Amino acid sequence: MEIVKLEGIASQVRRDIVRMVSAVNSGHPGGSLGCTDFLTFLYFEAMNHSASPFSMDGKNEDLFFLSNGHISPVWYSVLARSGYFPVAELGTFRKLSSRLQGHPSTDKKLPGIRMASGSLGQGLSNALGAAQTKKLNNDPSTIFTLHGDGELQEGQIWEAAMYAAANKVDNIIATIDFNGRQIDGDVENVLSLGNLEAKWEAFGWEVLSMNGHDFENIREIMTLAKSKLGKGKPIVIIMKTEMGQGVDFMVGSHKWHGIAPNAEQLEDALTQLEETLGDY
Amino acid sequence: MSFEILGNKDTRSGFGEGLSELGKINQDVVALCADLTGSLKMDAFQKVHPERFFQVGIAEANMMGMAAGMTIGGKIPFTGTFANFSTGRVYDQIRQSIAYSQKNVKICASHAGLTLGEDGATHQILEDIGMMRMLPNMTVIVPADFNQTKQATIAIAKHYGPVYLRFGRPVMPIFVKPDAEFIIGKADVLQEGTDVTIIACGHLVWKSIEAAKILSDQGISVELINMHTIKPLDTAAILKSVAKTSCVVTAEEHMRNGGLGEAVAQVLGEHLPRPHEFVAVNDTFGESGSPMELMTKYGIDTQNVVAAALKAISRK
Repeated sequence: MEIVKLEGIASQVRRDIVRMVSAVNSGHPGGSLGCTDFLTFLYFEAMNHSASPFSMDGKNEDLFFLSNGHISPVWYSVLARSGYFPVAELGTFRKLSSRLQGHPSTDKKLPGIRMASGSLGQGLSNALGAAQTKKLNNDPSTIFTLHGDGELQEGQIWEAAMYAAANKVDNIIATIDFNGRQIDGDVENVLSLGNLEAKWEAFGWEVLSMNGHDFENIREIMTLAKSKLGKGKPIVIIMKTEMGQGVDFMVGSHKWHGIAPNAEQLEDALTQLEETLGDY
Repeated sequence: MSFEILGNKDTRSGFGEGLSELGKINQDVVALCADLTGSLKMDAFQKVHPERFFQVGIAEANMMGMAAGMTIGGKIPFTGTFANFSTGRVYDQIRQSIAYSQKNVKICASHAGLTLGEDGATHQILEDIGMMRMLPNMTVIVPADFNQTKQATIAIAKHYGPVYLRFGRPVMPIFVKPDAEFIIGKADVLQEGTDVTIIACGHLVWKSIEAAKILSDQGISVELINMHTIKPLDTAAILKSVAKTSCVVTAEEHMRNGGLGEAVAQVLGEHLPRPHEFVAVNDTFGESGSPMELMTKYGIDTQNVVAAALKAISRK
């Protein structure tokens, strides 16, 4: 897909995000805006996947696991925009009886979601299980994941990291949203991750770096990552992003982790984001 | 009615045999273990099906998360570790990735309760039934002997959804027939009677059989129910029996809080309030000791069931 088209989709997804969280005065716009370009690229170019009919088992499809479930707005928007469910349903986000729960869930049968997430640190384990089942089924597809950087403070991530390398789970590409922010402030100050690249390398992973706001670079690194599949090592991409990317008063601040813009702020944000595919 | 002792074995070995048989008959069954393959008797499965056996090391949270993920694509994962590490240590992983996500994972938990013995209270979980039965979508099964544990292991593979299967370490008498059918959610009425209903699960079923014999010698007619499925609970069997006997004893190797007794009390409180005595551990941790010494000290032995039955009858 042409880069300009991907940028257009991402702009619409960002509009969806700020409108969704503003409408219910809750949700997590910061990380959602930061991961918009990556998820757009994943669903509109990188992954081989079937929106309709949606299959929970996802045989012979690439699968995606969102481990940092609080950035559900970006995932819901990308799923809707790629045909998993009607775009109009984005307007039900976080409302009573909606399939678009505050954090992703499977119990309301929203197409595209295969695992609940929200309580952090569990997605890599889920993904490894799915990856092992792919191998047992002789299914050559790839498992993709996304994790927050603050989420790496959870111990379960490192249990999973150790398992993946020791067992040569080489059909997985994990991505870290490295925006350096978490609820209480900068990751560096809350609980430093130290040398993140060295940590993953020490755990036996193939480590790549990527600029999460440059589609050229995303394409280059994702292509490189795919070329490293099936070579005996799990792959992780440390993706540099800015929390709140695309909205000038949100960008780079942890304060917009879990706060919704008010009506005035929403108007301001929407003037900065072109409506390319039609608002829901 | 007399109960023939068909042999003496541990329930965990029933799980091991059931898993081995499943390995042969169901290609989708996979097993995960957190460094306790021998203790869980999973070695036979591992030997015959190494490609379907996943050693995860001492990392139970990752094991539960992986098991949930493995269901995507059609596998039926059986996880194996001690009951303590199968529940309390990984409650949130089970809650989000398995129960809430409605994944077809079978959580198989050995060394439950006091009868783990000498290792002491760190390992003697007595809260697990409570934690698991509180989770929506979870089925909770506590089989009574070796044969029933084997039958339950095979039965849960055919049931779609999360299951907690609880068994233990001590060698106990076998009394369930090897060809008995295990039906999830259907209580086994072991003996019919009119004076008192005794509802038990796990190792306390045998203790209750012993108690029923002692009570019978005193001229008391006991209706004895093996409630192997705690959730969904066979409320019809409970109400039918207690309507007849007008008093009940529940017996389990678990805390009074949260266990079988509490589940039964809910049903009776709502529909048929009658005198109810609880044979269970009363809000305390266990300690080191032999299994049978511990059952006596903590009040979950044959004599405790007898005393509870007499007291329940006296309260009618």
